[in-house]
Amino acid sequence: MKLSFSPEDEQFRQEVASWLRENLGGEFEKLKYRGGPGDEHTYPEERKAWEKRLAEGGWTCVGWPVEHGGRGCSIEQQVIFFEEYARAGAPGRMGHIGEGLTGPTLIAFGTPAQQEKYLPGIVQGTEFWCQGYSEPSAGSDLANVKTKARFDEARGKWLITGQKVWTSLAHESEYCFVIARTDPESVGHRGLGFFLIKMDQPGIEVRPIVQITGTSEFNEVFFDEAECDAEDIVGAPGEGWKVAMGLLGFERGVSTLGQQMLFQNELDEIVRLAKENGAASDPVIRQRIARAHAELKIMRYNSMRMLSGQSGSDGALQKEALIYKLYWATWHRNLGELAMDVMGPECEILEDGPYELGRLQSMYLFVRSDTIYGGTNQIQRNIIAERGLGMPKEPRGAA
Amino acid sequence: MEFAFTEEQEMIRDTAASFLAQVSDSEAVRRAMETEAGFDPELWSRICSEMYWQAIHIPEEYGGMGLGYVEVVAMMEQMGRYLLCSPFFSTVCLGANALLLAGSEEQKADWLGRICTEAATVSVAFNGGVNRWDSDAITATWRRDGDNYVLSGDYRYVIDGHTADALIVAAREVGSQGDEGISLFLLPADTSGVTRRWLPTMDQARKQAAVSLDQVTVSAASLLGEASQAWPVLEQVLDLAAIALAAEQVGGSQRLLDMTVEYTSERVQFNRTIASYQAVKHKAADMMLQVEVARSAAYYAACVAQELLDGGELAGELPEAASVAKSYCSDAYFAVAGDALQLFGGVGFTWEYDVHLYFKRAKSSQQMLGDGAWHRERLATLLLDEEGVQ
Ligand SMILES: Cc1cc2nc3c(=O)[nH]c(=O)nc-3n(C[C@H](O)[C@H](O)[C@H](O)COP(=O)(O)OP(=O)(O)OC[C@H]3O[C@@H](n4cnc5c(N)ncnc54)[C@H](O)[C@@H]3O)c2cc1C
Repeated sequence: MKLSFSPEDEQFRQEVASWLRENLGGEFEKLKYRGGPGDEHTYPEERKAWEKRLAEGGWTCVGWPVEHGGRGCSIEQQVIFFEEYARAGAPGRMGHIGEGLTGPTLIAFGTPAQQEKYLPGIVQGTEFWCQGYSEPSAGSDLANVKTKARFDEARGKWLITGQKVWTSLAHESEYCFVIARTDPESVGHRGLGFFLIKMDQPGIEVRPIVQITGTSEFNEVFFDEAECDAEDIVGAPGEGWKVAMGLLGFERGVSTLGQQMLFQNELDEIVRLAKENGAASDPVIRQRIARAHAELKIMRYNSMRMLSGQSGSDGALQKEALIYKLYWATWHRNLGELAMDVMGPECEILEDGPYELGRLQSMYLFVRSDTIYGGTNQIQRNIIAERGLGMPKEPRGAA
Repeated sequence: MEFAFTEEQEMIRDTAASFLAQVSDSEAVRRAMETEAGFDPELWSRICSEMYWQAIHIPEEYGGMGLGYVEVVAMMEQMGRYLLCSPFFSTVCLGANALLLAGSEEQKADWLGRICTEAATVSVAFNGGVNRWDSDAITATWRRDGDNYVLSGDYRYVIDGHTADALIVAAREVGSQGDEGISLFLLPADTSGVTRRWLPTMDQARKQAAVSLDQVTVSAASLLGEASQAWPVLEQVLDLAAIALAAEQVGGSQRLLDMTVEYTSERVQFNRTIASYQAVKHKAADMMLQVEVARSAAYYAACVAQELLDGGELAGELPEAASVAKSYCSDAYFAVAGDALQLFGGVGFTWEYDVHLYFKRAKSSQQMLGDGAWHRERLATLLLDEEGVQ
């Protein structure tokens, strides 16, 4: 076992840090520590401008292969990049869905034409994506999507009709990837397609949903014969599930280490506050802060294990990777509660009316979604028991 | 960065696992734990002469194998998994570490040599019978008498203290307080004035003793390191031992999880295996989460321990890494053991099934060297009370 980074990697760290120091100022100064989870609605235009600046420096898509416009960074360098990015307080990435989900999916499953058409906009920080998976009747049971895709021979296009829900950043996105039924008679995993759809068209309507925080980051998206070019289906009609699941695999990448740096920033703020307001002398609070600290450290070690290990020969996730979502989501939810309990009665008082939340307040409310999106805690437990421990599958109800 | 066992380390671990599966099955554990000594001397001498486990991280110059603490931790994980009854933990993770960090060349050559070649056992006594694991735990005293030292006082919770060939004892100078005045002495078990008494324990698979020193008079040659300067070293020894214990806890938790999955997949109620109930699956999933997270904590701490022994750059992280690992692994093991017992139902409550052996070990190792809350308070002090940290 070896824990340290090589001298070349440390030099790379310097390079990242100094670029961020030089660029994250002036017009971008106000973006520091903004736009993260729970705060994604703030400064969208400015954060899009920041994406372009990142792209000019070659700092988007650092983990993508060079032939697709990426920087081709090693795992270690990606870890370093995401750590330094968060350490500098650089803003939540507007481009994270395109960079983290669309890109890797197209690189793995897309045609050369699709790669040529869509990857450059992501790399250049000019085109943004949203994820059209969930529907009113397809939440945890994602395979139950009802949205339909019909190929119109006359127009030579796919026509998409149906409704998506909880679509994050749909109102800020140029494109959406959508799973929809290509075979209207089909049920479950079979008969689905994976489509790349332009948002700005008459057949699409986006309606914001107000969240627990009083702000809107996600939306309902209605499709009424929305058009999709014939060549913009990824994989064959009927094979969308394979692509959709492959994409979910990319969600557990190296960016988790950058996410942990954000968590560290939040914990540091709680520690500072506890020292200031005297909560740090309360034995129960001390236990809880120490636990949060210890468990965040271990979260990092666990990620290092994930990144150092190989998945099984069948491509199955290793055990330490299988438990990761349940672990971090639950940790983060607990951190929100700790933040409020450290604040004490002040946790109730807002920054301003009518509903202007402070950073920790907004974090506290937003973390309640961490255990819901991307597979709820209960679904994670099902997956762990079934894939990690080989226990029997959940029975399905009759259709 | 390569945070995974090397192939060689995996081989050592797998060899240990298959050996233990043979020599430390349920029957062997029960036979050993019912004796007062708590281990089978024949097996221990086999381990020492055929497997050389006792010599694993002792440098070659003292007759050891010269491997690292990561290997020690890999072994401890397997011993925890098979509940091996042996003086390995007291001798290798306490005694040998104290000798390595505090001993003079002669003391090392002598006692590390005996551990490596004669299967000698050495334990460490320091706690006077209080629930603290810092220097305030040390209540026995020393005073000077000419060139000699006179030691008096009592110890409890001394692991294998009644069978060890030698004891390394911590005592404080009469009248001293806190971290000051602490010295370590190496006492062969037959030193006059030393009395040792086996303390029957709820976890029978690990033995504890009480040790009394009644005006024990020794020369300066018995002193391990400098007089009055021993606390920082002893603290490191205890951290190294806590890390080894954390790994043992990982092994025990993993075994409980495996047993639970196997049992619930066979037991049928209401015409289906109980493993098919979501309430059971979710408990098992939570158990697996804790086992994997505990493993990440213990392995990282093992690397830091290695760096301490090698003088590496992460050596300074030892107290934090030890407390992170010991707090998480202790609480995880106990939680996993409680869940396992619950999921076994009535049979889990019997003497016949092995669940209770692990359930009892989970509690004894949780308490030993500081429970979760104690280590978290230690972390809180680092985090919240000292200027300049964080
Ligand atoms: C902030 C936020 C952002 C999101 N962004 C997006 C996005 O960009 N794109 C997108 O497609 N979706 C998005 N989602 C949707 C998200 O993926 C779903 O909310 C999630 O999959 C859960 O589905 P549901 O809300 O329908 O809950 P349900 O599936 O109805 O679950 C309700 C409860 O039942 C439990 N439950 C359900 N099935 C089982 C079972 N088999 N066993 C045990 N318990 C069960 C769940 O754990 C949960 O507690 C977002 C959600 C949130 C909160």
